[in-house]
Amino acid sequence: MLDVAVSYNRYKFLGHEYLTWLWFVIEKGQHEIRKLEQEPVSLQIGNRIVLVNRQKDTVESITIKGDDAGLEEGILALRKGAVVTELNLSYKMGDQEWRFTVKAESLHMVGLKCPQTGSVESQEDIEGAVLEKVYLYDKAIQLTDNLFKQFITLRVSEDWDKKVVPLMRQWIYS
Amino acid sequence: MGLLSSTVSITRYRVEGRLEEPVPETMAKCLKKNAIPDIDDDVSDKTVGWTSFDKPFNPDFESSSFLIGTYFVFSLRIDKKTVPPSLIKKHCAMETARRLAATGRKYLSRDEKRMIKEHVTSVLTLRIPATPSVYDLIWNYEESVLWFFSTLKSANDELETLFFRSFQLPLIRLFPYTTADLVMGLSDTQRDILVKLSATDFTE
Repeated sequence: MLDVAVSYNRYKFLGHEYLTWLWFVIEKGQHEIRKLEQEPVSLQIGNRIVLVNRQKDTVESITIKGDDAGLEEGILALRKGAVVTELNLSYKMGDQEWRFTVKAESLHMVGLKCPQTGSVESQEDIEGAVLEKVYLYDKAIQLTDNLFKQFITLRVSEDWDKKVVPLMRQWIYS
Repeated sequence: MGLLSSTVSITRYRVEGRLEEPVPETMAKCLKKNAIPDIDDDVSDKTVGWTSFDKPFNPDFESSSFLIGTYFVFSLRIDKKTVPPSLIKKHCAMETARRLAATGRKYLSRDEKRMIKEHVTSVLTLRIPATPSVYDLIWNYEESVLWFFSTLKSANDELETLFFRSFQLPLIRLFPYTTADLVMGLSDTQRDILVKLSATDFTE
């Protein structure tokens, strides 16, 4: 395997492409997300997207915030060559909701908010509370792992250049 | 930010290698050996070690309290003493005045000033209690996966160092390349392609 520090920097673009692809899939291909789960689920863009456009000597950062924010500025930034560096997501299964932000370069999960769990009132409650939380965190992690697997499988296939990129360009310029 | 908080941030790792059998006993031994020491009555300004998840200020690894279900659950604690610069300045000024009065001199040499500063800093460090920061982690030993409940670079760096020192097992951060290479089950052919990838240009 490559040196960790080298591979972190050398392949940063994979995280940017993953989040850009994810945004595209959420907008245009919800059926792909539904295929990943046995139960009916929905995945939507949450309340924050951060894009960065690195031109020769300048770095332009575009942040779109707000629950019902229009994402046109983000699409415009993509047209100018920006990449997605942070994406806030809302994942719903039945009446349960997970909210979290994925960071492109590190795949850190930030601000993960899971469905409500029971309160911990005594020392005896801790074990159950931990297991319940782990189960809920795992749901969000499994989702992002499945999505990343779908992305990376496409990314190393011929379909990426032949089919996916033309469709994404069509979405960006439509 | 703790595991049971209403909002958490997670850094994911893959753990390379296995512990010596019997695993729970080896774990307890390694955790005890690297448990957080108390520096309240010490001149040290920082210490790092393991602590119990349920008793972060009174670590106890005697029982198997770090085993919850099939997971190892414990915490990294970083204790730091921060002496405010203004406090150092005030005590240096007081000590300088005292020495000048005692010797009848008008000035102190550069070396004397440096020694006063070092002395004042160590005396204040001894008197100031350490501020603890606790970061929980879950180690799914069977799956060789570890979730660390912080995305702070400094905390993650301390975790990686202490983890290796304690268990002699390296932690590999799961970012896009390592996730693709180690976790996604790609074939050798796909991994060969992965290494050669370069960025896609989505603009027309």
